[in-house]
Amino acid sequence: MTWGRSIARSLLAAAAAVPMIAGLAAATPAAAETTLRVVMHSDLKIVDPIWTTAYITRNHGYMIYDTLFAMNEKLEVTPQMVDTWKVSDDKLTYTFTLRDGLMWHDGQPVTAEDCIASIKRWAAKDSMGQKLLSFVSEMKAVDAKTFSMQLKSPYGLVLLSLAKPSSNVPFMMPKRIAETSPNDQISEYVGSGPFVFEKDQWKPGDKTVYTKFKEYKPRSEAPSWAAGGKIAKVDRVEWIAMPDHQTAVNALVAGEIDILEAPPHDLLPILAGSDDVLLHNNNPLGNQYMFRMNWLHPPFNNQKVRQAAIAALSQEPFLQAVIGNPEYYKVCPAMFVCDTPFAFSEGGDKLVKSDFEKSKALLKEAGYDGTPVTLMHSTDLQVLTNLAPVAADLLRKGGFTVDMQSMDWQTLVSRRAKKEKPAEGGWNAFLTSWVAADILNPISAAGYNTDCQKSWFGWPCDEEMEKLREAFATETDAAKQKDLAKQVQIRAMEIGTHAHVGQWYQPTAIRKDKAEGMLNGPAPFFWNVSKKDG
Amino acid sequence: MTAFIARRLLATIPVLVLVALFVFLMLRLTPGDPAAIIAGDNASPAQIEDIRERLGLNDPLPTQLVIWSGRLLQGDFGESFFFKKQVSELILQRVEPTLALAVSTMIITLLVAIPLGVIAAWRQGGWIDRVVMGFSVAGFSIPVFVLGYLLIYIFAVELKWLPVQGYRSITAGLWPFLQRLILPSLTLSVIYIALIARITRASVIDVLGEDYIRTAKAKGLPNRTILIRHALRNAAVPIVTIVGIGVALLIGGVVVTESVYNIPGLGRLTVDAVLGRDFPTIQAVILVFSFLYVLINLLIDLSYTLLDPRIRY
Repeated sequence: MTWGRSIARSLLAAAAAVPMIAGLAAATPAAAETTLRVVMHSDLKIVDPIWTTAYITRNHGYMIYDTLFAMNEKLEVTPQMVDTWKVSDDKLTYTFTLRDGLMWHDGQPVTAEDCIASIKRWAAKDSMGQKLLSFVSEMKAVDAKTFSMQLKSPYGLVLLSLAKPSSNVPFMMPKRIAETSPNDQISEYVGSGPFVFEKDQWKPGDKTVYTKFKEYKPRSEAPSWAAGGKIAKVDRVEWIAMPDHQTAVNALVAGEIDILEAPPHDLLPILAGSDDVLLHNNNPLGNQYMFRMNWLHPPFNNQKVRQAAIAALSQEPFLQAVIGNPEYYKVCPAMFVCDTPFAFSEGGDKLVKSDFEKSKALLKEAGYDGTPVTLMHSTDLQVLTNLAPVAADLLRKGGFTVDMQSMDWQTLVSRRAKKEKPAEGGWNAFLTSWVAADILNPISAAGYNTDCQKSWFGWPCDEEMEKLREAFATETDAAKQKDLAKQVQIRAMEIGTHAHVGQWYQPTAIRKDKAEGMLNGPAPFFWNVSKKDG
Repeated sequence: MTAFIARRLLATIPVLVLVALFVFLMLRLTPGDPAAIIAGDNASPAQIEDIRERLGLNDPLPTQLVIWSGRLLQGDFGESFFFKKQVSELILQRVEPTLALAVSTMIITLLVAIPLGVIAAWRQGGWIDRVVMGFSVAGFSIPVFVLGYLLIYIFAVELKWLPVQGYRSITAGLWPFLQRLILPSLTLSVIYIALIARITRASVIDVLGEDYIRTAKAKGLPNRTILIRHALRNAAVPIVTIVGIGVALLIGGVVVTESVYNIPGLGRLTVDAVLGRDFPTIQAVILVFSFLYVLINLLIDLSYTLLDPRIRY
């Protein structure tokens, strides 16, 4: 082909393109859909927030469901789906009336029957819900928007239970969905929250997609924590699964994503060094590490030995080993988390500093014979990996013999459910972390349940603690409740339910030039977040 | 030939049965409880037990095996413990990215490795040979994730020529599809280039010592013709063998690359399933991989008949 022919062909192609280009230029540009791209701490696998306590599923729940009540940033319980409520003088009858205009994503109105069914399903699984329903004799719909809850005796935590901020959150669902057995996963994902779950666009391990629910009716108050007006300011939210932390950090720095929910602490300096990235601690209450002991087998079946372990441990070494930067941790004597209504130092201050001599003295009193503490060490979660080696070191200094056994987290989770002796596949101790919202009071915090075989892993058994918890739950006077919470803490430290080994914070990384408006809360919330570049 | 193919395909049945049995037992006898993982960290022992019951994990092992085998014979891989989706659907969603990565890696590998190997063999002992062998050693030695991070840092973060991560289906456009495959394919191909170049070199050196090569030289044939038409063709059998093994390893071995570059392929599905103890998914993926390995081996054996007319089945 000659160069002349090739030029002619090019000119013809250009000429053909002119009308098309002119047409495009003349067309009114459609409003661009705003999409928020987020990498969460985990891939969303299970989409039933009642069936599992996994935080990622709880976060998913907050996207598409709403709650009757919610906590604001002052940890006050405020109405959310509820418009008005009243409590009878004898404190036995609660009547709730829903706000006008609440709709499910399928266009149906939210009714009282839906809420009753949802509460029942939630309470079948959740310990705080189980406690609530043990006081309830009847729930019934008064009219389409109103339902009543009849109690057998006064219970001080009705509203607090319905405002529970973390797993399992009492999310409201349509009755037909809420009537799914709590032991089965739901198969429809219809809520009344600010976003709609686009099930057909969900690719597990790849991407989860939510779109703005245009018929959502937000409250008029300003948003505050899990409460207030939930206004979706973007059309679409994509949760992109990105298991490699370094890749996620690079993707944020390169502008391929807008928000990284939980960058690991060792990579925070990279993000802090970027002018485009804002590191925002959107959960100022943070998280708390827990050292949990197994009461079933020696040596921790002995109270003095448990007290010795508490004496040997202290918070700062754990926090330094994992978090490192003091900006993101706090030594806090309060078991119910610092800066909360039930934060006290009494009893909890034993963990501010190690006392190895006291630990050895207690072990001698207890007649400790050197039985090794089988300490489970999880190796694959960055926020937990360094905890067990620190615990092993402190315990050894306190006179213990420690057998630290390494395993991945999922194996640890399976093994901690075993009640066998350590040598037969059981365990003596492990470490984990709780989001502050899960441990704000003696009822929601699983670690204080000392109902023996029904307790959380570790199976502590203490009648006096159970009486204190029961008193706390039934107390309706706020000041008396506080005092009872203090007594629970003192008792917990005395009998050794567990040791709280440090409060820490997880900042979220946000591209300053791409997104703004992220709220503080017990979970990451994407209402109120707007895009800057469209 | 047809009889040979039929025999080989029939022989896959006992292989797959053994693999299925082995995987089934191994999963249930090793530590880890999917119910505990599904229930979440805050779950009570009672909640975990409920889930175990619901998933049939409390049933006797033989019962679980019979139920699963029965479904398998009907082509049903079952439902994922986590996703409430059919495992076959999950696998189908992930096949395309892994296939795209594997094919693009092999294309780059073959285009680079074979010429390098041939040239190194032709210039045996010379500086080209030493460079190629040095590269080969380096290629084996550098971990895939280290190379991946390095390439990301240079080409994506600093130069901003290519994206850091992700996968786009070819239906979203050719350039977005290719753009996101360049770095992961380069990363993964290095080790295969190292391996195949080395084998090519050794195989060609072997052939270059043969009488017919001397005859071809004596006839005055050009070097290119001698290398490609005579040497490479006769050296092809071991090269094809290693390429085939490489392809088989590639399909199962892309997991690190898929993680580093955030490609939602079969490798990541396998790792996620293993970490989550998602038994139905693990069992299905391993069976699929096993079948693919058997198929690839069959194709390798069949290719010998094209390369060497003396080989007949």
